Amino acid sequence: MRAGSVDMDLITTFFNWEVLVRSFPILLRGLGYTLMLGSVTIVIGTTAGLLLCLVRLYAIRPIQLLAIIYIDVFRALPILVLLILVYYALPFVGIRLDSFTSATLALSMVLAAFTAEVCRAGIQNVPKGQFEAAASLGMPFWQSMRKIILPQAIRVIIPPLTSNSISVFKDTALASVVAMPDLLKQANDAQAMMANPTPLIGAALIYLAILWPMVRLVGYLEARNQRATTR
Amino acid sequence: MASQQAPLAAQMIDVNKWYNEYHALRSINLEVARGERIVVCGPSGSGKSTMIRCINQLEQHNSGTIAVNGVTLTGDIKQLNLVRQDVGMVFQHFNLFPHLTVLENCVIAPMTVRKIARKDAEEMAMSYLSRIHIAEQARKFPSQLSGGQQQRVAIARSLCMQPTLMLFDEPTSALDPEMVHEVLETMVSLARDGMTMVVVTHEMGFARKVADRVIFMDRGEICESAPPEEFFKAPKNERARVFLSQLIH
Repeated sequence: MRAGSVDMDLITTFFNWEVLVRSFPILLRGLGYTLMLGSVTIVIGTTAGLLLCLVRLYAIRPIQLLAIIYIDVFRALPILVLLILVYYALPFVGIRLDSFTSATLALSMVLAAFTAEVCRAGIQNVPKGQFEAAASLGMPFWQSMRKIILPQAIRVIIPPLTSNSISVFKDTALASVVAMPDLLKQANDAQAMMANPTPLIGAALIYLAILWPMVRLVGYLEARNQRATTR
Repeated sequence: MASQQAPLAAQMIDVNKWYNEYHALRSINLEVARGERIVVCGPSGSGKSTMIRCINQLEQHNSGTIAVNGVTLTGDIKQLNLVRQDVGMVFQHFNLFPHLTVLENCVIAPMTVRKIARKDAEEMAMSYLSRIHIAEQARKFPSQLSGGQQQRVAIARSLCMQPTLMLFDEPTSALDPEMVHEVLETMVSLARDGMTMVVVTHEMGFARKVADRVIFMDRGEICESAPPEEFFKAPKNERARVFLSQLIH
């Protein structure tokens, strides 16, 4: 009997259906912010990363060095530290960014650094003969990149790129620290308001529901590449 | 281009190249007349490939002058891209674009570089592909073809840019023996059509058959340059004699 009531307590505490239903609209609103932050970051970070990688590989030496320094710094710096710097330190020099902009900026800057490294590996994986064949046909640099090199590199790049995107999507939760009303922040607020942790469980389940399929997708893409390269 | 009327397809004057300390090309002087077919031979590491790769600047020379179709190369990338449009190159390892079909391999440069409409580019590509008896493979990917077929497609891809000069960098060295013949045959027919060709190869039969001139290189130098009958009968250069004696089994 006692054990049974403990179970009941656990369920009413952590999986309180009534609380979940009540907090659900709040969580959805948070999810909206999270999705928006995640997708904007992924688009900006990935594009910037590809450009950064091309600079890193093909710019003149001094600019290459700047790109290398950028990539190193932003791979080393914890995102949370960067985010807090952007949100709490920049105002001291007169740059005031709202929480969404701060979070987008910090996350994109870091994603760009990781993306640049992934793209570099992918491009360097394309045999030298491909560059030479394109060049010998008189194709200018950008055309050979776009039509010959990148389409071949992309196959290798996609799985780690997806993996990076998942990571940065998870890191959107850090935005709650700078008071952005994302999924985690909303869940946390709802928990405080309703004096029950169920909204947090709800948030965790929503993160899982979105990201688990993505994680499986990476596994699938990697396996497919493996088959393609061993063929 | 007016420069295509230049009497020399390519000219190298006192060209030198170093890889760090290693002197890869020593004062190379070479004139390729329009319509001339030159075979370059010599032991490995003698600078044959480096020399022809300097003509389209896949390798940069350190001193001396190189002119292609009367245009002196300045190192300017725009000028170089223009020059390269008229200089075809066939590589030892084919270097076809694996993500594109045979047909797309052939039309991509004419379309993007020469701005030829797809329909016209495909028509031209198909005519070259049928000439090398490979038209029925046009929709296949390179990996679905044999080595010999791939190399012939690579030749067709170059021809689609309608080059005035073709460079061949050991085009049959990576092929299985039974496929060498079909590639050489394509090259012979190209020579018969009057294409200006510089061919780095060990195929001495090809040299006898089509070359106007055989160039022997050793240690980064051109040691001998003579018509094939002279070169094969009585090479003047001692190292060329040794090289030939090792070739004849």
